[in-house]
Amino acid sequence: MNATIRKLEERELRKDLPDFRVGDTLRLQVKVVEGEKERIQSFEGVVIKMNRGGNRAAFTVRKVSYGIGVERIFPLHSPRLEKIQVLSRGRVRRARLYYLRELSGKAARVASA
Amino acid sequence: MLSGLIGKKLGMTQVTEATGKVRAATVIELGPCAVTQIKTAATDGYDAVQIGFGRRRASRVSSAVRGHYAKAEVAPGIKLGEFERRGEAELKPGQNIAAADVFKAGDLVDVCGTSKGRGYAGVIRRHHFAGFPGSHGTHEYFRHGGSIGNRSYPGRVRKGMRMAGQLGNESATVLNLRVLEILPDDNAIVVAGAVPGADGTVVVVCHAAKERRRQMESANG
Repeated sequence: MNATIRKLEERELRKDLPDFRVGDTLRLQVKVVEGEKERIQSFEGVVIKMNRGGNRAAFTVRKVSYGIGVERIFPLHSPRLEKIQVLSRGRVRRARLYYLRELSGKAARVASA
Repeated sequence: MLSGLIGKKLGMTQVTEATGKVRAATVIELGPCAVTQIKTAATDGYDAVQIGFGRRRASRVSSAVRGHYAKAEVAPGIKLGEFERRGEAELKPGQNIAAADVFKAGDLVDVCGTSKGRGYAGVIRRHHFAGFPGSHGTHEYFRHGGSIGNRSYPGRVRKGMRMAGQLGNESATVLNLRVLEILPDDNAIVVAGAVPGADGTVVVVCHAAKERRRQMESANG
């Protein structure tokens, strides 16, 4: 990659992010704009996928809300992420936890590390 | 000070705005650019500033061109281009021009480059024709263009009929791209969106022509 572009992309990286992996349970503080005001909303769930790639890195968090599975994809270095809190470490054997989508209730848990 | 500059497309990336919105962007290195000639109405019939871009070994340049560069005391480049003078700033041959001299963040620019060559392409790829059904009796006629005219009137194929042929590798201009940022240390600019051509190819970046016309019209009432 061109040096100028690499420099530009490195500038976009956030250095204040905690280390977390697929299978971990996170609580995210997400900035949301409501009309004129901006407030913080939290989203809590299991990381089921991480997509590396410099400033393009992203991760997917899954939770079950009122019986409905909800997945959100966040750019890892997004300034909209106020805070990432690791609630628990999970022990998983694959990189993509898509099998959680098929499971519900107790079966849909991730063993803690 | 100038209506534009010549540069090299370094490649594409993405930039995140403060709102968290991610935008595709292209980084263009504008230089090294130096004034090679000042054309005036008195000597050339019109006013313009000629800019030389890039570096080329002197042995790769014909002596006529080498002499032209030598007159301005500029090292031989890979492309010459002419731009209009904007503003009162004094320009003289041999002077180096940086990206930050010509553009600032927020400007609208037109970018002209040579599009990626796609070779000899059929009508589906080249003109987005729909092609023919894959079944229902179609016989050896799937990606054709269909009829190209009538019968004895007009008795010929109309000009401009869209057919198969060379696609790409031609001059292409995208209008009104927003300059997101100037990188003075790298003599480069970041524009929102895509720019014609492959990475590393020469592009001409000008202040947006239509935006200028809009401004002049509103200034004149």
